[in-house]
Amino acid sequence: MRQSEFLNVVMPFKDKLYRLAKRLLVSTEEAEDATQEILLKLWSKNEKIGSYNNVEAFAMTMTKNFCLDRLKSRQAGNLKLVHSNYGDTDTPLQKQVEAKDSALWVQKIMEELPEQQKMVLQLRDVEEYDYDEIAEMLDMKPSTVRVALSRARKTVREKLMQKHSYGIG
Amino acid sequence: MELDNIEKLLEKYFEASTTVAEEEALKVYFSQEKVAPHLEQYAPLFQYFSNAKEERFTRQVPLKPRKNYYKWISVAAVAVLAFGIYFGPDRYRDYQEQKEAEFAYQETRKALNLLAENFGRGTEKMAYLNQFEETKQKIYNNN
Repeated sequence: MRQSEFLNVVMPFKDKLYRLAKRLLVSTEEAEDATQEILLKLWSKNEKIGSYNNVEAFAMTMTKNFCLDRLKSRQAGNLKLVHSNYGDTDTPLQKQVEAKDSALWVQKIMEELPEQQKMVLQLRDVEEYDYDEIAEMLDMKPSTVRVALSRARKTVREKLMQKHSYGIG
Repeated sequence: MELDNIEKLLEKYFEASTTVAEEEALKVYFSQEKVAPHLEQYAPLFQYFSNAKEERFTRQVPLKPRKNYYKWISVAAVAVLAFGIYFGPDRYRDYQEQKEAEFAYQETRKALNLLAENFGRGTEKMAYLNQFEETKQKIYNNN
């Protein structure tokens, strides 16, 4: 496989890899490093890529494994917590600050979830994969994915309700 | 979309029994300005999901065309080694022979020098014989 073909295969989902890595590793730089690592790994196997039936799912699984390894390794002790910046919306400043604030809550709440629920929520609600795809990527049963997803969504709702009723916490 | 429908979808959403399309509908509903007050609390959640999808991986990854340098380096190494093994001993023998020849030459030179020196000494002594001959001639001539 030549470089241009490889890029055509990888380009559509490289952002998804990055977002999953960032969901797990939190820090932007760590996530960028991880994504780069995954892309280089894929590139080094570019002859075999044709034989994988779903390169995207395969890359997602690689990213998941890589990030979980990173978190387990001692180096994870050096991880920095960096919050991302959000795109501007056209809403007035007050609303904008509020929205940013609550978006930050959601992000913080998601950070507190167990890794598996984090990934399921990311893959479903952000990336909009269906259950079978998520099951394949995370090496789980579709029914387990559903349970984890429901649990994750309910936890997020509960914590969001708390914040909402207590005001800015 | 009717409020009733949204409430039902929300319920299904938290039971994780919505389809991707239904979740899309929820996202669309919560992305608009007018959200029913009792549902406003869910807005940040869906807005966040929509925003989170906007994040991009912008770093350039250096993809070098892979070349099998190592293969060719090993081929070259083997060639050099084979060359060395094939021609090495000959060269070494030549070198040894040359050294021996040099040594022999130096030794012969030394011996010949010694000889020459001694000859030189002999010739010096012969000079006296010349004197004797001269004197003898003088005596013959006088008589």
